[in-house]
Formats: sequence, C-alpha cells, structure tokens
Amino acid sequence: MSGRVIIVGGGLAGLAATIKVAEAGVPVDLFSVVPVKRSHSVCAQGGINAAKNMKGEGDHPDIHVTDTLFGGEYLADQPLVRRMCDEAPNIIDLLDRMGVTFNRTPEGFLDFRRFGGTLHNRTAFAGATTGQQLMYALDEQVRRYEAASLVEKYEYWEFLSAVKDGEGRCRGIAAMNIWDREVKVFRANAVCICTGGPGMVFGKSTNSVINTGAAASRVWQQGVWYANGEFIQVHPTSIPGADKLRLISESVRGEGGRVWVPRNPADKRDPVEIPDSDRDYFLETKYPKYGNLVPRDVATREIFSVCVDENRGINGENMVYLDITPARSGKDGEVLERKLGGVFEIYRKFAGDDPIQRPMRIFPGMHYSMGGLWVSPVDGGGQVRQKTNVPGLFSAGEVEFQYLGANRLGANSLLSCIFGGFTAGPRMVEWIASHPEEADESVYSDELKRQNAENDKVLGMNSGGENAFALHRELGQAMTAQCTVVRRNEGLRQLMDKLGELEERWSDIDVNDASTPVNQSFAFTRALFDMIQLAKAMAKGALLRDECRGAHYKPDFDLEKPEKEQLGDHRMTDAYKGFVRELEAKHGVEYDAKFKEAPAGTAPAAPEFQEYMRNWVEQQKRWSKTTLATWKPNAEPDIEFRDVVMTCEPPKPRIYK
Amino acid sequence: MADKKVHLIVKRQEGPDSAPYWEEFEVPHTPGMNVISALMETRLNPVTRDGKRVRPVTWDSGCLEEVCGACSMLINGRPRQSCSALVDNLEQPIRLEPFSKFPVLRDLMVDRSPMFEALKRIKAWVPVDGTYAMGPAEKIDPAQQQEMYKYSECMTCGCCLEACPQYNDSSAFVGASAIGQAYLFNMNPTGKTLKDDRLDEMMGPGGVVDCGNAQNCVRVCPKGIPLTDAIAAIGGQVTLHAVKRLLRQ
Ligand SMILES: Cc1cc2nc3c(=O)[nH]c(=O)nc-3n(C[C@H](O)[C@H](O)[C@H](O)COP(=O)(O)OP(=O)(O)OC[C@H]3O[C@@H](n4cnc5c(N)ncnc54)[C@H](O)[C@@H]3O)c2cc1C
Ligand code: SF4
Ligand code: SF4
Ligand code: FES
Repeated sequence: MSGRVIIVGGGLAGLAATIKVAEAGVPVDLFSVVPVKRSHSVCAQGGINAAKNMKGEGDHPDIHVTDTLFGGEYLADQPLVRRMCDEAPNIIDLLDRMGVTFNRTPEGFLDFRRFGGTLHNRTAFAGATTGQQLMYALDEQVRRYEAASLVEKYEYWEFLSAVKDGEGRCRGIAAMNIWDREVKVFRANAVCICTGGPGMVFGKSTNSVINTGAAASRVWQQGVWYANGEFIQVHPTSIPGADKLRLISESVRGEGGRVWVPRNPADKRDPVEIPDSDRDYFLETKYPKYGNLVPRDVATREIFSVCVDENRGINGENMVYLDITPARSGKDGEVLERKLGGVFEIYRKFAGDDPIQRPMRIFPGMHYSMGGLWVSPVDGGGQVRQKTNVPGLFSAGEVEFQYLGANRLGANSLLSCIFGGFTAGPRMVEWIASHPEEADESVYSDELKRQNAENDKVLGMNSGGENAFALHRELGQAMTAQCTVVRRNEGLRQLMDKLGELEERWSDIDVNDASTPVNQSFAFTRALFDMIQLAKAMAKGALLRDECRGAHYKPDFDLEKPEKEQLGDHRMTDAYKGFVRELEAKHGVEYDAKFKEAPAGTAPAAPEFQEYMRNWVEQQKRWSKTTLATWKPNAEPDIEFRDVVMTCEPPKPRIYK
Repeated sequence: MADKKVHLIVKRQEGPDSAPYWEEFEVPHTPGMNVISALMETRLNPVTRDGKRVRPVTWDSGCLEEVCGACSMLINGRPRQSCSALVDNLEQPIRLEPFSKFPVLRDLMVDRSPMFEALKRIKAWVPVDGTYAMGPAEKIDPAQQQEMYKYSECMTCGCCLEACPQYNDSSAFVGASAIGQAYLFNMNPTGKTLKDDRLDEMMGPGGVVDCGNAQNCVRVCPKGIPLTDAIAAIGGQVTLHAVKRLLRQ
C-alpha cells in the first residue's frame, strides 16, 4: 500500500494507533518529545475498566455504559461510549496476551477490583503501576514493528504544526529535533495527534511536566475545534510539592483519615502538638452525617474553599491536614500500614514525612482534562470517527474530548485512550487508501519557512524583563484559582483579562539562551505561548456555561434542590416524561423501558420535586451540549454549543437521597 | 528557618562536544523539596552564587514520581532519580553531574538510546499473532505473576548501568537492565517462544558472560529490582542452552 501515516505522541493512545496501522502493513512515523516509554501514561496507578463480570456480580458492558454516561453527566456522545464499553473486555484480553503483568486470582485468572462510580469489581490492575505496565506492553509491540522497519521513531522531536495545503487538508507535520533545534517537515497522508493532557496549563498538576497541551493548542490555532475545554477534573487529595502535585489515594479517608486546619491560620505549631480544641475538622462540622467521607467533588470543593476563599490553609498556603495518625483516626498503626502501605510509601518518599507519625498535608490537584480536540463521533456523511474537522488530521487519547463527558470515571481513561487509538488506526489506513495524492512541495517549504521564522523570533527575544518560568507560574496560579474547583463569572471574567495580559507580557520574555543544543528555555517559551492560548478555550467555555455539570461547578447557577423528604423518582414527573419523549423523537430511538418507567408502587412525585424536575429539564435542554471553541488571533475564542448524540439512554438527574 | 538555603554545585556542559565546567547556585529552601524543585528554582533567576547571570540549567524529567525513568543523574556521586532525591536527606552542597557512561547532550542530560537498542537486541516483547479478538491469554499462577511484576517495573533509567564496572562505551555489554528483561520475557508463556534467540544474544559478546558479578547494579536500582537473581537465572539458562546447541550439532 502506498502512503504514510504520522502519529504524534507515544502514550497509550499513540502506541495503540501505531500498532493498528503497522499491523495493516502501512509505515508509521512516530513522533514524541520524550522517548515514548517515558510518556505520561506510565503514571496511572489504579487500573483499567472492563465489564468482564469475573466476580459473578452480573456486571455487563450495558452497566458500564450507564455508569460512564451518568458519571459524565450525559455530555458524551453515546454510541461511542457504547462501542468502547463493548470492546473493553477484548482489550483487556489482548493486553494480557501482550504480557501485561495483571494481578491474578488464586486460580490464575485476571483479578478485578472496585473503583469509584460503580458498584462492580470492574477494574483490572497490575500492582500499583497499571499505566506503566500497559505502556510497556504496547511499547514492546511497537519496538517489534520498529525492528521490522515498519515504524520509524522520532523521539525527542517536538511537534510544531500541521502542514496544511491550500484546501485546508493536512498533508504532514513540521517538527523540531529538541537536541539541536533543527526543524523539518514530514509528509503523510494522515496525521494523528495523541499528545495527552494539558496539566501544565495549571502550573502544577498530577500530570507529567511534558503535558503542556502545546501540541493541541497548535492544531487548535490551525483551525481544529477544541471541545468541552471547561471540564477539568480535580482530584481531592494530592501532595502539594514544590514541583508537582502527587496523587494520594482516597482510600486514606476511607480508612478513617480526618481533614482539618488549625483554627488559627497563623498557628505555627507542629500539627501533632495542636490539640483537638484548636483544630477545625471542617468536613465533620459541616457534614455531620458523612463527615470526611463526603463524595469526592464535595470534599474537593470544601478543601478548596477553606484555603482559597477563606484563606485558612496551613500557614496561609493552599494545604490542609489529612490526619490518619492512630491517635486521631482511632486505627491501629500496623493495620493501617498493611492496608495503606503503598500510599504511605509515596508520601514518605516524596514528602519525607511519616503519615503514621504526623498528619499529611494535602490539597486538591488538577488531574485530568475531559475536554480536548474535537473529533467526529460518527462514521459516514463525510465524517470519520476520531478525525478532527480538518481533513486528514485525526486525534486520540486524553488530547481529544470524547468518551468521558463532563467527568471521567476512575480507570476509564486508560481504556478510552487505547480504544481511541485502536479506532483511529484502521480509519487512517482507510483514509490514506482513498487519499493517496501527493501534495505540492511548496506546501512543505512554506510551512518550514513559517516555523523557522517563528523560532528565530523566539530566539531573538532577549531584551525583555519577563522570565518564562515565572510567567508560567503566574498562568498556573490564575488558572488554578479561577478555573478549577469553584467557578464564578466574575473570577472567570478577570481570568480572561489576565490571560490577555499574560499573552502581552509573553512578548517581553527574555529567553536568555540562544544556543543550539537542547535549548529548553527557548522550547518552553514557545510552548508557553500555546499554553496561554489553550487556557483561553478552557476559561471562556467555563465563563459561558452557566450551570453545574460534572466537574464544572458554578455555585451561582446551581439548581435549587427540594428538601430530602420531597425528593422522588424522576420517572414519576411529567416534566421528565415529556423530556424523554422529545429526546426519542429527536434521536429517532426508543429507550429501554427501565429508563422511563419507575417500578410499580413507586410513590408519586411531590409538587416541589415536580418543580425541581421542570427546572432540571430546562437546564438539560439549554446545556447538555458540547462546547466548541474556535481560536481567534489576539482575541478571545469563539464558542458555540452543539447537541450531544443521545441514542442509548436519556439523561437522569443526580439526586442523593 | 525562613532564609534556609540550598547550595547546588552543577556540572555543566554546553553541548556534546564541549568541555565540562562547574557552576554553583543557591536557592531558597522549601520544606520537602527535591532536587528537581531546587533546579526549577534556579531557572526563575539563573544567577550563580557569585552573582553571574548564566543560561538556565538543562536536565531531563517527566513524571516527577519515579516511574518514567527520565531524571537520572549523579547526585553526590550516586546514580539515582532526581525527582525522588529529597534535599533534606542529602549532604550539602549537593553535587549534580550527568551520567558518565552515556554521551552528554547538555548539562545534566544524556543520551540513553543504547538502552532502547539493547531491548531490540534481546527481543524484549511477546510475539502475539495479532491485535484482533482471539480470546483470553493463558492463565498465570499468581506467584509467577509476582515474580514477573518485579522485573516489569524497570523504567530504563540507567542507574544500574552507570554503577556497573563492566558497562562503558567501549564494551558491548548489554547491562543488567536488559538481562532482567530477557529473564522477564523468557518467563512469559508466549514470550518464551523467543527464548532461544534471547539466549543466543546472551551467550555472545556483550551478553551475560560479561557481567563481573560486582553487584553494584542491584544496590542502586531505584525500583529495587533483584537484578542479580536475573543475572544468575539467565546465566543458568545460557549454560543449558549452550549444552543443547552442542548436542544438536
Ligand atoms: C497520577 C495519575 C494517575 C492516573 N491514574 C489513572 C488510572 O488509574 N486509570 C485511568 O484510566 N487513568 C488514569 N489516569 C489518566 C491517564 O493516565 C491518562 O489520561 C492517559 O495516560 C493519557 O494517555 P495518552 O496516550 O492520551 O497521553 P500521554 O501518555 O500523556 O502521551 C502523550 C504523548 O505525546 C507526546 N507529546 C506531547 N506533546 C508533544 C509534542 N508537542 N510533540 C511531540 N510529542 C508530544 C508525549 O511525549 C507522549 O508520548 C491517571 C493520570 C494521572 C496524572
Ligand atoms: S553484577 Fe556487577 S558487573 Fe554484573 S551487571 Fe551488575 S554491576 Fe554490572
Ligand atoms: S533495572 Fe533498575 S536501575 Fe536498571 S534501568 Fe531498570 S529500573 Fe533503572
Ligand atoms: S521524573 Fe520520572 S523518574 Fe524522575
């Protein structure tokens, strides 16, 4: 077969796509800014979901679909979620065949455990390093194709731009060798962007330092839509390091960990010397029933608000104590060690302190972006799944927006990355068969000229007063304060202005390094510009979306809920029934009866609840839409909203009784 | 406490062909900081201890949680990950040097591509038939999974090679990490179909016979991989393999 494919990014998504393309006999050029084996996917600890029902619980891909859609508050295009969940068991089997050292049952079968957002043991895992193990399995298969000369790796090459022809079709890429700054252009009939999440836009996050989001931003600035950018998942408990935020599992709270701050924020005593009377166990006070075990998003918001809104963090910093010491948790040290040893190890290694002796210091950490490059949810009508709105340009993995909706369920992203890659691969093979034409040489030389000019411009930035790394800190602080846990329009408006200001100040950076070998200061400065751009997509989406959904929490627009006693079954309300009929007509489907009819004998809905459901339906009609951002030079992005494909299930409200 | 400082002595090198030199930095101390955050601090204002404005230091890093293998360097003479090296546990001044067994690209960053080449050499993969749904894999006994898991944590950081007296740019020795991987894949039910190829490689020049059994590797591996066990096991496999080959001839 003639034609080449370029894949940018060698995390799980990129490697999965590479394997599929190479398997079809099509040569692949694989680009990654670090050796692919060091991609961020190695960080995933928890596991990967597949409803294999190995524990006799009646688990089924149908239930996996429902959990995923509900968890994502119905913002994911449903046929895709359906396909992903159906395919998940096969993916696990394949990974097992590739040699992933998954944990086993005594008989030697794959073991599964329970994760957030589901009642089933659905998560396969390999010790505490599942992501690393999956990465290595795929990396090894790619190395096999590399040895067979079907894959050529360009490691330490940074993606700069897509090469687009006069008709706007993608014909290849421009990339830079970060060892010597050389820019080259590469031909391809199809390109796939698999460059992972944008954690660095938030300064510090649980992501790797390579996760700048710059590649996504670059193609966004070239006309690809950026979708659902405002949906950013924040993990409630991470260790706030000077360099990054490291994840601490929620199991610590499950085992009796208590969250507190000193009553007097200026209290400088060693925490073990602060008596209970001088401690504010704010979760226990505010939520007497659930205490420290309030749901993840509630815990995140409360901790955030104590530190950011009330300025009551430890030493005025964004930190609270998570106390699992035997004295305060009432648990035996040895038992704790046995159950939480792995978590304690991380804390001991990186915080240099022992959680059994002294309370941990934690803070919510930006963790995952549900939003990303727009790719088509359907095949047909000129569309191809995993393809962006730019012909010839595909995308897969955390960098695209599909599968998870407004919030991601734990252990679903490794799955969506691999599934996305496996979907993109064969589609690119088909695409290049029907698009074999070669582009004109001038298309490439023009792009090369453009990129070299851009590099020269940045290298020449040496008279200003700004430091790129300091400016990046400011960006991170502004984004974390206004665009993570709690969002308010006033703050978001200020944030948009701040981003404009940072963009201006960017031109005043002194790169302070014009040398050739591995010039990180220069490369980072270039990427910082793109980070600021991407931040605008996130902040503008958050500003315009006047509701609460999934990870996007805007208290000023929260629907007022009736009293607990007045809550009922949504299927008993007229508003909901009418809404479902409308959806069925619109999507040309008939949903399963269980989504529409409450079991016989269910109490009728109280008037207050009827009222609530009317408002809720209005909210759905207005906001269960995909946000699409279009980049504008020197301005704020344009935003439009598009309907979500809801062919599997009607949305249902999030009601905790 | 407030003005506690961290004193770094960094071995610098402009590029692959330039001569190394030393520079000293002093940065504010923050509780729990690691070597990487100290380095990050120098970038905010790249001025040496004696007030000279210099180019920011270059180093390699990724995950910052000791799982990607990127950030290896010599810290006070010992090969280790700079992300998990906490400043408070180190003697000051802290001396940072690039690995000596690999070509320096710039400052603290080296080229470890020979390690990835070695993985090709020993066919460190499971030769699956294809990626289509072909049903489940063979069952694996949990004890064997535990044994395999130890080796599957190798993050190609290169600490074991830096510490090894037998590994250097003039020898062909694959080094401890690759031997560990050969052992891992020889254990896998499908991976072992390539066992003969791997053992051929291990028998030849640069194979397991080049190991002088100095055991430095196992002492420095940040993941605690029992490398010397793998070296012994592969040594045994190679002996058997040699006998088999002789008999076949
Ligand atoms: C601490 C942590 C724990 C997690 N745990 C879980 C879990 O238990 N279960 C789960 O399902 N998910 C988990 N996740 C999420 C999951 O790890 C990620 O969503 C997933 O690994 C992303 O994979 P990817 O292939 O899209 O991108 P990545 O693995 O980030 O790969 C991106 C690739 O793109 C390359 N790249 C980036 N920019 C450029 C550029 N400009 N030019 C060239 N190449 C570039 C990189 O080098 C890399 O090869 C976790 C995330 C974190 C942070
Ligand atoms: S045992 Fe010694 S000689 Fe052998 S690999 Fe380890 S360090 Fe090198
Ligand atoms: S064996 Fe250990 S020291 Fe050697 S490369 Fe692997 S993880 Fe690093
Ligand atoms: S940065 Fe990944 S191991 Fe240190």
